[in-house]
Amino acid sequence: MVEHGDIRVVHRGGSKINSREPVISSDSRLLLCASGECVKVFSTSTEECIHDLRGHTGLVTGVLLRPSNHLQAYSCSADGTVRLWDFTDGILIKWRSVGKACVCVCTCVCAELFQLVAVHLPQSGDRLVEARELSAVLSDVSSNPAAIAFGRGGEYIVSAKGLQLEVYFFKKQKSYRFSLKENNKKGRKNTFTCVASHPQDDCIATGHEDGKIRLWRNFSHKKEYTYSTLHWHHSVVSSLCFTPEGTNLLSGGVESVLVQWRYNQESQKDFLPRLGAAITHIVVSPDGALFCTSHSDNSKELLSALRIQVTLKSLSTDLMVDPRSKAMVLNGKPGHLQFYSLQRDKLLFNLDIVQQEYIHQSGLQQFEVVKAAFTASGNWLASVEERKQKDAELELNLKLWMFDEQSQSFVLNTTISAPHEARITAMCFCQSTDSQTTMLVSTSKDGHFKAWQLATPAHTEDDGPSWSCDFVGAYHSLVPECCTFSADGSLLAVSFQEVVTVWSPSSWELLTTLSQPPGAIRDLCFGKLSCSKYLVGTTANNLLCCWNLLTCALEWSTSMNTSLLLADPLSENMAAFCPQAGFTDLFVFKPNEPRPLYSHKAVCSGNVTRAVFAPREEMLDSCEESSQWLNHSQLYFLTQCMDLMTFTTKAEEARQMAASKQLVIDDSIAMTPFHLLLGKHRGQQQQQESGQDSLSAERTPLPQGSAAIKELLQTPAHILPSTSFLCSMFVQSLLISVTDSRSEEMESEKEEDSEEEEIESRAVRPPEMARCGQATETATLTKAQVKELRRVKKLDHGWLSSVLDL
Amino acid sequence: MASYKPTKITVYPKLGEKVTQDTVYWKNYKAPIQIKEFGAVTNINFSPVAPHNFAVTAFTRIHIYGPFSHEPVKSFTRFKDTAYCGRFRSDGQLLVAGCEDSVVRLFDVNGKVALRMYKGHTKAVHVTDFTSDSYQILTGSDDYSCRLWDIPNATELNAYQEHTDYIRCGVTSKLNTNLFITGKMETAAPPPLFYAYVLISVMTLDHGQPVESLLLYPSEGLLVSAGGRFVKVWDLLKKGQPLVSLKNHHKTVTCLCLSSNGERLLSGSLDRHVKVYNTTSYKVVHNFDYAASILSLALAPNDESIVVGMTNGILNLKHRKNAEESKEISGQQRRRPSYRVFVKGKNYFPKQDDYLVSKPVKQHLAKYDKQLKKFNVSKALDTALEAWTRLKKPEITVAVIKELDRRGTLKNALAGRDEQGLSRLLYFLIGNLFDPRFAPVLVTAAEMILDIYQSVIGQSSVVDRQLLRLQEMLEREIDYQQELLEVLGMLDTVFASSLPRKEVPCSAISKSNGLTQGEGRLQLQAT
Repeated sequence: MVEHGDIRVVHRGGSKINSREPVISSDSRLLLCASGECVKVFSTSTEECIHDLRGHTGLVTGVLLRPSNHLQAYSCSADGTVRLWDFTDGILIKWRSVGKACVCVCTCVCAELFQLVAVHLPQSGDRLVEARELSAVLSDVSSNPAAIAFGRGGEYIVSAKGLQLEVYFFKKQKSYRFSLKENNKKGRKNTFTCVASHPQDDCIATGHEDGKIRLWRNFSHKKEYTYSTLHWHHSVVSSLCFTPEGTNLLSGGVESVLVQWRYNQESQKDFLPRLGAAITHIVVSPDGALFCTSHSDNSKELLSALRIQVTLKSLSTDLMVDPRSKAMVLNGKPGHLQFYSLQRDKLLFNLDIVQQEYIHQSGLQQFEVVKAAFTASGNWLASVEERKQKDAELELNLKLWMFDEQSQSFVLNTTISAPHEARITAMCFCQSTDSQTTMLVSTSKDGHFKAWQLATPAHTEDDGPSWSCDFVGAYHSLVPECCTFSADGSLLAVSFQEVVTVWSPSSWELLTTLSQPPGAIRDLCFGKLSCSKYLVGTTANNLLCCWNLLTCALEWSTSMNTSLLLADPLSENMAAFCPQAGFTDLFVFKPNEPRPLYSHKAVCSGNVTRAVFAPREEMLDSCEESSQWLNHSQLYFLTQCMDLMTFTTKAEEARQMAASKQLVIDDSIAMTPFHLLLGKHRGQQQQQESGQDSLSAERTPLPQGSAAIKELLQTPAHILPSTSFLCSMFVQSLLISVTDSRSEEMESEKEEDSEEEEIESRAVRPPEMARCGQATETATLTKAQVKELRRVKKLDHGWLSSVLDL
Repeated sequence: MASYKPTKITVYPKLGEKVTQDTVYWKNYKAPIQIKEFGAVTNINFSPVAPHNFAVTAFTRIHIYGPFSHEPVKSFTRFKDTAYCGRFRSDGQLLVAGCEDSVVRLFDVNGKVALRMYKGHTKAVHVTDFTSDSYQILTGSDDYSCRLWDIPNATELNAYQEHTDYIRCGVTSKLNTNLFITGKMETAAPPPLFYAYVLISVMTLDHGQPVESLLLYPSEGLLVSAGGRFVKVWDLLKKGQPLVSLKNHHKTVTCLCLSSNGERLLSGSLDRHVKVYNTTSYKVVHNFDYAASILSLALAPNDESIVVGMTNGILNLKHRKNAEESKEISGQQRRRPSYRVFVKGKNYFPKQDDYLVSKPVKQHLAKYDKQLKKFNVSKALDTALEAWTRLKKPEITVAVIKELDRRGTLKNALAGRDEQGLSRLLYFLIGNLFDPRFAPVLVTAAEMILDIYQSVIGQSSVVDRQLLRLQEMLEREIDYQQELLEVLGMLDTVFASSLPRKEVPCSAISKSNGLTQGEGRLQLQAT
């Protein structure tokens, strides 16, 4: 992959984490998810990804804890290996090659021995139970891991496929099969979708395609088995799970409602609605306190905790970078835009664009955010949502959002319903920063492009400015495909199939037309900075053309099939992605010369359709010619399997490694800024104590050891007085005062207080001080403050607790 | 777990006139009172002192009306011919009026017979006014002269013969005894002028049309003149530099008036409109319509009433609504006693050092939203079709129908209705189907209704009648749309021929001709 020596394609997260069910560690602190070729370990308290377990070369198909050692976990992968990890430290302990690709892995605890089960689908779906003592082969097993379950301490194994349920008893080495009719009278489908077995009882719960849940009992007899039916879900039950004690059964499906059924009192059920997307897996932590649901939109939800991560979904908008937060913006939950921090691989927030209740039902056409654009300053966001029904006309909404400084989020300013008659093909803001008016241009399949402008209404003074249509343009009733503004905002280029038209946004005059037939224009980009006189376009007929706008003539053109062309906003560079024989090549060039600055063959397999230049927080100053294009901004792109990739240089990587080493901390405590502060303080305290042991009397004690700060840190935050009150005290405690002034201070202090207690302590203090020297210094120094603080603590806070109880 | 998002009710832009503070202010008058006078009302003048009676000059009489009575308090009828320009002195005790018979008469407001008669003009006197020291009278006459009279002695102090035409309007300065301005009528070729005098003419301003009315600002720095269709504002301190020329009337502007705070200028015209201008931006902020051409206009102090005199001899009086009456209008929004319960504690804002314990705001859902949340689709539609919502806020009903359509359950909600329910639905459709804002949603619903209920057509006479009505309206709408398209086609032709064809520098292809022809053909088919 590496071609230029020091530039590398690096994976930057964003792969699926919902393909297999996650695993919660036995102490409920960690969550293990199979994600692409690695296993991600999340902390359940902070939702941060702690580390990745890397090593597999194929897709990870299953993760599970090692029953005999709670700190170890197995993972199996499509590359045919099973690996054993120490997941707290992220160390690979051993690995075993199975030879065939494992599709899924299941296990159960059975006293001392455990069984590791791998399903080999290529072998016409028969099952191999590998264990030290037991091995059994069941034939005809579903590839879905949810359709296999171990029952009550590993006595039997249940597997469901199609309309058959098979129970295999290990002790008796016997299997029983139960089958259902394909359809019942009302035309419901009875196909099994998932299976769960009760941890203590002989009971198997099965989910069905029609939304029914059946509870099977007495299945150790061929004929006398019974089952009862629970029905709430209106479509497929995709996941079932018993809580560890077996008191509750959890079920979830497309409705995105988590249903909790009481075992043996099935009429009582609790709901947790609107979880965001269809539930694919439900996992309960071993202590039963945490439920983890994973959803079809690639998110995990920890109930009683927050959402861990929403990562890249199927995309219909372009990737963008929010100029304000430097976050990447893309589709998130249905009808939302997600702001995704590139630096931290974390979801910042979701912006609700559609603002409608999402109905979780398969086959329903919903509003989707299809286009979005930012102004250069990040003050305005434009979004387009559309809904297409089969027999109705297209519903389109163009929404303009203003950034509100106060709430630090985008606030809806204008909604334009039906801005165009047909689908909007492209949209862009005028990127020049000095123009007084903000302008948005949208092109549509109806053959028009429209310019929208921010204007204050003439009559009403109370309403703020809103957007209205300024100009409607067309060119020979051709369909406009893409539009772009020049860097200074003085020119607008709109491509109409084979023709590029150049307009002046100030007067809306058609200035000139450019074309290079045959082949419709696919992408258009103005050059930036010194190359702003060039307009670069790619055509469907494998041509990359560069026009000089001063002469209105073609400057150069080369023949290459470009799928994506984009310009770096901070430099002259442009990047072109060219698919070739199943792989995608990248070329980086400047518009003023047809020679590429940098080229990279086969950056990834498949086609790259989305990419973005993200400005760097701090500029790099590499002087090597091949990596200079990475100085101002970083190029991110999405592969077909929704992995977010980027390019880094060796120097940058080394720096990042160094930074990450510094950040390695004990993950037994949640990683919070406050913990960092406290942890450091604790370490220093220990150090100090040891220092005192070695009688280093000359050293001034560190102020953190003072009683005032201890008091401050130990007092619960909600009963502390206001910060302004504590600040002076805190600052004083940090100051290292001279001994003389200290004694004076003490004198005055005592005069004020004039308490017997104080006088007593005075009598006692001198010998003490003589003994302990510097150690007591800080304590006495802040005696007044401590008293003050105690007084505050003694204040009646009963009212507060009563308020909280409300 | 997100909370339920309520149905989004589309807010449609309000059509028609925008409500501004000005419209609220100028609409706050009671229904007009019409008084029939004997002839065209040529002048209206308010007494400067309370109770602010006003003198109405019409034909051979001057009537004085009180602020509230609709019968004249007093009338001066001893004119031999048409009276002109009855004006009060600044103390409200004396009234001067010109006459067609060239005699200027001075009346005591309480008397009946003229106190003084000033004879000297040879033709009709159209302009009379008191000077600011209130001992002299200025008159302007059709004999091209303008005279200054001493009140007690009834002697002529001065005569100005500089005018070359009839003097038809004039105004005296309230601050400077010696300054007055007169305007004249045009008859001959030289452009009509009006003059400002300080004993002799000091300034000549050219309005361009015969001057009908003059008005000095309270500060006397600005002068407003009306003549022809124009209202012009002049800056007297800058040697009569023209500031703005307003052309908002389409017939001759006959009278001018300032609102009591001096921020609004009113002009009346023969085109039967009174326009209100903002005196800072000189934009029209309000407009009054009247039944006949307007000759005279006056505003009572504090804008308590607007009095307009018209050519047909009708005097139109509008009184301002007093505070209670204007409150009665907003009485519909008057809060019920239970409001106090809801607002209790809500209007308390935490002070700086207060510890704020925030309580989650309970989301209030409308009834249809609650039903939608529970997927009770039919019930939600029923709720949205309740009489008040259906009639007063059809957008809510449409939004619920749209939401049901989005959820794919509109058919379920529409189906299974009895005669009453169906007729209610059809009634709503008949009322709103042709509203362009609602049409896209309701057409889908109408199609579904026809699909669902086609088997039962003919069983109920009520439903059948409504369906026939719907069909009839559809046909009418189709005809209407066709006509509109025809007009559009005509307009396109007109525009295409009138607009110059612009050549665009085209570097490559030139298939424009074929394409434009194709477009034209398409349009023809559409029409």
